[in-house]
Amino acid sequence: MADAIVSLRNVTKTFPGGVKAVDNVSFDIAQNEFFALLGPSGCGKTTLLRMISGLETPTSGQIIIGGEDMALTPPNKRPTNMVFQSYAVFPHMTVAENVAYGLKVTGVPADETKRRVAEALEMVKLTHLAQRKPDQMSGGQRQRVALARALVKRPKVLLLDEPLSALDAKLRDEMRLELTRLQENVGITFIIVTHDQDEALSMASRIAVMDKGAVQQIATPSELYEQPTSRFIADFIGKVNLINAKVVSSSASKVVCDAKGLGRIELPHVGQAQGDIAIAVRPEKLKISEAQPKGASAIATEGKVRDVAYFGDTSHVVVRCKDDLELAVNVQNDKRAGGAGVERGQQVWIHWAPEDTLVLTE
Amino acid sequence: MDSWKVNPRVFWTLFTPGTFWLLLFFLIPLGWLFHDSFSDKISITETQFTGTLANYIRAFDAVYLTIIWKSVWISAVATALCLLTAYPIAFGICFAPAKWKPLLLLLVILPFWINLLIRTYALIAVFRTQGYLNLVLGWVGLGPYDMLYNDGAVIIGLVYVYMPFMVLPLYATIERLDRSFLEASLDLGGSQVQTFFKVTLPLTMPGIVTGIILVFIPCLGSFLTPAMLGGANAIMIGNVIEDQFKAANDWPFGSALSFLLMYVTFGALALRAFLASRSKGVDV
Ligand SMILES: Nc1ncnc2c1ncn2[C@@H]1O[C@H](COP(=O)(O)OP(=O)(O)OP(=O)(O)O)[C@@H](O)[C@H]1O
Ligand SMILES: [Mg+2]
Repeated sequence: MADAIVSLRNVTKTFPGGVKAVDNVSFDIAQNEFFALLGPSGCGKTTLLRMISGLETPTSGQIIIGGEDMALTPPNKRPTNMVFQSYAVFPHMTVAENVAYGLKVTGVPADETKRRVAEALEMVKLTHLAQRKPDQMSGGQRQRVALARALVKRPKVLLLDEPLSALDAKLRDEMRLELTRLQENVGITFIIVTHDQDEALSMASRIAVMDKGAVQQIATPSELYEQPTSRFIADFIGKVNLINAKVVSSSASKVVCDAKGLGRIELPHVGQAQGDIAIAVRPEKLKISEAQPKGASAIATEGKVRDVAYFGDTSHVVVRCKDDLELAVNVQNDKRAGGAGVERGQQVWIHWAPEDTLVLTE
Repeated sequence: MDSWKVNPRVFWTLFTPGTFWLLLFFLIPLGWLFHDSFSDKISITETQFTGTLANYIRAFDAVYLTIIWKSVWISAVATALCLLTAYPIAFGICFAPAKWKPLLLLLVILPFWINLLIRTYALIAVFRTQGYLNLVLGWVGLGPYDMLYNDGAVIIGLVYVYMPFMVLPLYATIERLDRSFLEASLDLGGSQVQTFFKVTLPLTMPGIVTGIILVFIPCLGSFLTPAMLGGANAIMIGNVIEDQFKAANDWPFGSALSFLLMYVTFGALALRAFLASRSKGVDV
């Protein structure tokens, strides 16, 4: 990428003891992106972020920030700043002192420091708490101190390690909006680490999904949701019905397969497919009806309602079909009366369009 | 498990022996010495309580004030040297590989297992004029120097004896220090040196204060080390007190000096409490 602000080239980190935390990762992050590293616990997200910040040294590979190789640059000389998972707000300093710290140690003149600290506190709405000590603040306020302390440095890249994980659900939603707003205002590249897919989907412009130290897919949120490239991603991002199938024949634009519980079906698919595959379909793409659906093009199967869970806006219905195939269906409760319109034990038909189905060969 | 709070009999059964022990072997002798310090010596073995303040007044004699003052500064210098040496040691142990830590800590406390007298004689063997240090210096054409029997020797001896009391509390606080504070400082552009003075040092202040108290107080009351390494001219208040109970056989005056020393100690502790209440946020 020509305008990349951060480039990783075959970055690998092996810890003493042999744990390969990050395994041959390469990608580029463009200027002003809101980039998310998403993956299950222990997949190496934090390690990758710490290598970008310089707090950890790669075993091999190259990290380039703003066109410069960072191999010999210590963390205090890098154009990056980090918001730590534990916030690491200095307990022996007031909020204002915390925010001023990074300017003072690098010799920014006192009057400029004062002005920039005031600006940063304004930005995170903490001006009224400037003289407080961190132990007299809530988790959300401390997090904003950590944010202000990093932003006041005007880094090229802001690194955030699970910044919202210590907050309660309501505050998390607020901060999520605030972070996106902030990123748009300050025009700084954000790299955020999270294991919460909702967080990544709602905030990031691009997401790298990691598993066991390796990057599985890098895509925009909607691509990741609608075009996952593997079972792992389809399953990790959102809810999905994964159905095992065997390829009967495949051509350039479609594949014919025998799927568990569905019989022989024909699906549009670009690329080669053979042997055992999985077909994936999201619960909200499925439709429920009492009668057999008309029109031959739909994929349809009959089953018995096992479970109905009511969530207000939607109901989650589980239907048991032939061959013990269980399908999850999300029904929009778009009428006040009746809820999902089906009840446990009821015999129903499930159908969906072939083009809403994904063929996963990995 | 709160039955001991609920059942008073359980409480008293557990509470009594320890209290009795303290009362018998600590408070009673202490009270007796306190009583003695207001007494007059009436014969070689007997004292009589008269409520006199003469013993305390005598303690403010210039001779004794000089010795007290000297004890304070010798202890202060020894404590400072202890801190300067112990901090890097404690820091090193904390950042050593996990499997080395127990061994390194063991090395720090190992001297405790050897009698103080023997350790002091070993120091004499090292530092005396025909000692090992002069032997080694002789190889490079230096010395021999007279290193023993002066204030410097006492300070070296005190630093050596009380070093573990400084290392252990420092180790405990540095070990508990969240590494992400140090990383945050580096990340924000602080150099290693700035990080040490602006973050590490203030955040480990509780351990520093505890170490200072644990070293300064026993230094102030020490008598074996100055007696053996200090010779006649390096006498400390501990030696004067010892003399009163032994050679001079003046228990009332010895008691008065002991209590004055204790008040100095209390003063130091009060100062610590005062500093602790001022620096909130860092729990001293
Ligand atoms: N200092 C270290 N020494 C040895 N192994 C480590 C070290 N730090 C991390 N690891 C290992 O490297 C792997 C990746 O760790 P990392 O902290 O990057 O995961 P993560 O994706 O951030 O997980 P989480 O979501 O739980 O924070 C883990 O298996 C972890 O045990
Ligand atoms: Mg992590």
